[in-house]
Amino acid sequence: MVGGEFRKTLAVIVVAFVAMLIGPSLIDSYTLTVLIIYGMLALSLGLIWGYGGILCFGQAVFFGLGAYSYAIAATNIGESTVPFLLGIAIPFAFAFLLGAMMFYGRLSDVYLGVITLVVTLIFYKFVNSTAGPEYVIGNARLGGFNGIPGFQTLNVPGDPGAYIYDIDFYYFCGVALLVVYALVRWLLASPFGRVAVAIRENEQRVELMGYDVRFRKTVLFAVGGAIAGLSGTLFASWAEIVTPGMFSLAQSAEIIIWCIVGGLGTLVGPVVGAMALAYLKFLLGQQSLVDTTLVFGLILVLSVLFLPRGVVPTLGLLGRKRRGGGSSRRRAGRGRSGRGRRAMQEDAAKEGADV
Amino acid sequence: MDLAVVVIIQIVYSVALLVLISSGLAIVFGMMRVINLAHGEFMMVGGYATIVSVNAGLNVYFAMLVVAPLVVGILGLIVERLVIRHLYGRLVDTMLATWGLSLLLIGLATLIFGNTTTGISPPIEGFPIGDYQVNGYNLFLIVMTVLIVGAVYAVLSGTRLGLIARGTMQRSDMADALGYNPDKVYMVTFFAGSALTGLAGGLLSPLVGIVPTAGAQFIAKAFITVISGGASVIAGLLSSATLFGLVSQAFTFLVDSMVGEIALLVAAVVLLRLLPQGITGRFFKGGL
Repeated sequence: MVGGEFRKTLAVIVVAFVAMLIGPSLIDSYTLTVLIIYGMLALSLGLIWGYGGILCFGQAVFFGLGAYSYAIAATNIGESTVPFLLGIAIPFAFAFLLGAMMFYGRLSDVYLGVITLVVTLIFYKFVNSTAGPEYVIGNARLGGFNGIPGFQTLNVPGDPGAYIYDIDFYYFCGVALLVVYALVRWLLASPFGRVAVAIRENEQRVELMGYDVRFRKTVLFAVGGAIAGLSGTLFASWAEIVTPGMFSLAQSAEIIIWCIVGGLGTLVGPVVGAMALAYLKFLLGQQSLVDTTLVFGLILVLSVLFLPRGVVPTLGLLGRKRRGGGSSRRRAGRGRSGRGRRAMQEDAAKEGADV
Repeated sequence: MDLAVVVIIQIVYSVALLVLISSGLAIVFGMMRVINLAHGEFMMVGGYATIVSVNAGLNVYFAMLVVAPLVVGILGLIVERLVIRHLYGRLVDTMLATWGLSLLLIGLATLIFGNTTTGISPPIEGFPIGDYQVNGYNLFLIVMTVLIVGAVYAVLSGTRLGLIARGTMQRSDMADALGYNPDKVYMVTFFAGSALTGLAGGLLSPLVGIVPTAGAQFIAKAFITVISGGASVIAGLLSSATLFGLVSQAFTFLVDSMVGEIALLVAAVVLLRLLPQGITGRFFKGGL
């Protein structure tokens, strides 16, 4: 079983690696880089939502926090190694604190959604209002709605003059995504990951078996925050500017759409979903006939109604059916309908009596 | 003295505003356990309905109080039949589908009206209290909010329709057995909630410039107010709106409106951490 999973992971990595090498000959590598970064962002939510059952409406917070941490530190230091690490560590720490606050308070699904949404709004409003010269961290002005431009982008560690950019940066991001993917796979195969999935399926049962559910959920949430922070850091280097828009609800919404369309309960699904939809958005942005928001809204509504499992799991299911049998195992491991929905129905039933 | 009156009006107004923008969502969530994330866009549609009918020569009060609720109510009816009907009992999926719907409505509004701000002027003049100028339309909104809450309470607790609706929400199988089709009750409830949302959008249209993305500024506040209120429709709505309105106005008065907004959000986080089931999960339990 574990051996099979290992082989599957290896196959995914090899295929993705080959795709990464071929990619630049098909699509401009500048665009591809941001697709990879979005893929990583979607992976972070795919991990905590698809495997941990934690629906976070504010994954953009960690994305923006990573980018801002990097930008502020890079402006002050002028070399990218420490800022790069800070761009991962700060979102990790913040996600840990936020997660601890929520999970030790035993907040259930909708309330979790509200709190993460509210935190997103707080960051968005605060950062937007920091245009004045009094908002300074070291040499870095926060810049409000103008964002922070002109910081040191990614360079070879120890040599601030040797920028990693263009095609090199593309390969850097690609390899980073593969490394993150492999690490997440490893995490999920470890006892920690197994218990995380068990928590998603039945929190109470896991708790009664003696596991500290609150701590485990907090750690998983923080790991998701760190991955989102990493993607934010890379995004900052790619865009060479960070803006409050990274904290916006629209950004959070997009991450959720990527995961839903790509397929929850898988890791490849969200990544593929993010890349495909972000590229679609890029293409739609080049024409003015149809409004991009309209198309995305339509995609979200239709995929919730008709493809509740997402594209990748549905394709996998079809492939398996053609080969005959074996689909029952898949059904047992269904991601998002697992704990969340059932528990919610119970909650609704319980609370219904109070209305 | 004059200042005190003005500040009190301001506080009552901000509470009323929260109640007004959340009432439609509160009905739909409190009664049906459906969170409509397209709520803000429903208000936006109500606003556009009002502005278009005023520009077409209709009386402004008629446009606000009749046209806007009707248009949005019908929109809600269509949405319920096409989308939400299939997702009852799946809270997260409903949230996602209605979020998609909100994007869809923004896109449609951008196609039709373009990405520009339109508006109408408030139909009521301001008047002075001592040295201060008070916005007359704000007082009108306070009165309207009181009337709306009163009407909702009266319908839910005093009429046969409200009784059937409440019964269906508690035990839909029992209501079904007694001959009331739950499907129809849900439909009517969603229509009522949407119409109320449209009314709020219409009433607010003279105050805020309407753009296709105008809904975003309402949805978060409405969502927070309703969830923090908890299970009871009216008691929850009133208590959380009062709390948040007080907090945000106090900080707005002491520092500035930015801090007031952030204080509201922080208050919501703290409140939900302490009372994960919302205010009425702990207090006023079992109220309406």
